Amino acid sequence: MKYLDEFRDNSLAKRLLEELHDSVKRGNPFRVMEVCGTHTMAIFRSGLRSLLPEGLQLISGPGCPVCVTSASHIDAIMEMANIANTRIALFGDLFRVPGSNNQSLAYASSQGAKVDIVYSPMDCLQLACDNPDDLIIFLGVGFETTTPTIAATILAAQNSNIENFAVFSTHKVMPPPLIALLDDPELQIDGLLCPGHVSAIIGADAYQPLVDSYGLSCVVGGFETTDILQALILLSRQIGAGKPSVENAYTRVVSRKGNKRAANMVSEIFQPVDMEWRGLGVIPQSGLAIREKYGRYDAEKRLDMSFKAAAEPKGCRCGEILKGKELPTQCPLYAKRCTPASPIGPCMVSSEGTCAAFYKYGGVDNDGC
Amino acid sequence: MCLAVPMKVLEIAGDPNDFFRAQIAVVDMEGVSKEIRLDIVDRWPQVGDYLIIHAGFAIHTLDPREAEINIGLMREMADNFI
Repeated sequence: MKYLDEFRDNSLAKRLLEELHDSVKRGNPFRVMEVCGTHTMAIFRSGLRSLLPEGLQLISGPGCPVCVTSASHIDAIMEMANIANTRIALFGDLFRVPGSNNQSLAYASSQGAKVDIVYSPMDCLQLACDNPDDLIIFLGVGFETTTPTIAATILAAQNSNIENFAVFSTHKVMPPPLIALLDDPELQIDGLLCPGHVSAIIGADAYQPLVDSYGLSCVVGGFETTDILQALILLSRQIGAGKPSVENAYTRVVSRKGNKRAANMVSEIFQPVDMEWRGLGVIPQSGLAIREKYGRYDAEKRLDMSFKAAAEPKGCRCGEILKGKELPTQCPLYAKRCTPASPIGPCMVSSEGTCAAFYKYGGVDNDGC
Repeated sequence: MCLAVPMKVLEIAGDPNDFFRAQIAVVDMEGVSKEIRLDIVDRWPQVGDYLIIHAGFAIHTLDPREAEINIGLMREMADNFI
């Protein structure tokens, strides 16, 4: 068992696809939201989107962390990059997101700001040692999968007495925005393809309230084509039978209770706060801030940052796309003024953004629009 | 952003209960080896185990029995047995 080849079996995928077609044919049409940006990308990359049966509509949700980072947070990041003696460290997909003045970190970097793209937040500790006169600021953008890695890095910085390192935390948690979306009567969905690696941390049981309160079918899925097909078959069967529940199609990685060791480390460092999401507004208790006890690692406190309200780029429909209400092709800027080479909204910048995925893979609505 | 891949453990350093010492594993995928952190892994691995790696950290130690059940259910589903 190598955990990859077995799940990349094309003949298995083909048979699962046939079973999905049969299963969908037996029931009424239904709509499923794939919450996670990594799922969005995997579904496009594998070509699965164009092979889905009529009667199953997949819509993308708010699960691309770069896309849901608010314009005011992007502006604050730009402000930090322009302070003398700061060095911004980040995962690469935020590099080209423009702020409200249309400038990105890529631009700031070309103008002399110190910006480093890292693979792991731990790389910041080496940057801190190599650049003792700089304050290294890691841009904490991400969901439950990523947050424990930042928490562990802050603890490692403390253990090594590294003082010139701080985190700008715009971390977000997944269940609250899903509830906010489900409370919106305009959004009609029957099921959720739940994010595999977020669920590795929070556990499959975390979706039970969505079943109990909203009658929504929830299936946790992995990221190989066979994983996604299996999850969609389970969703189709559940919705067809009218018996919503939480099922787990990614049992090799996700347990019912999740990763307690990681979750404990997150609650040691972070506390829940209200958080602004692009397109969704402020959602109560949907973000994570660094606790007072670890305040010296909080970039917001160390630089005494304040946030100013910022306007979304004119004409950009990212907000509606993130809520699953519109497709990229319905945005007046899509593929005209807004392209991956010259993006206006974040959904076109991040490789996991719905607009970028649509553009790259020539996406069309699978309803035939 | 939430991309994670399975990699095989070649070496382990550190102790699961001692957070003051670095908790590190060397992992391999098809000849590419890398040092990763074990600080947040759910189950402390042994050499030869596979880990799910995200942003330089192991988030899960894979259990071969669970993986067999996972693939077994898929194959049964594909063949219309269930």
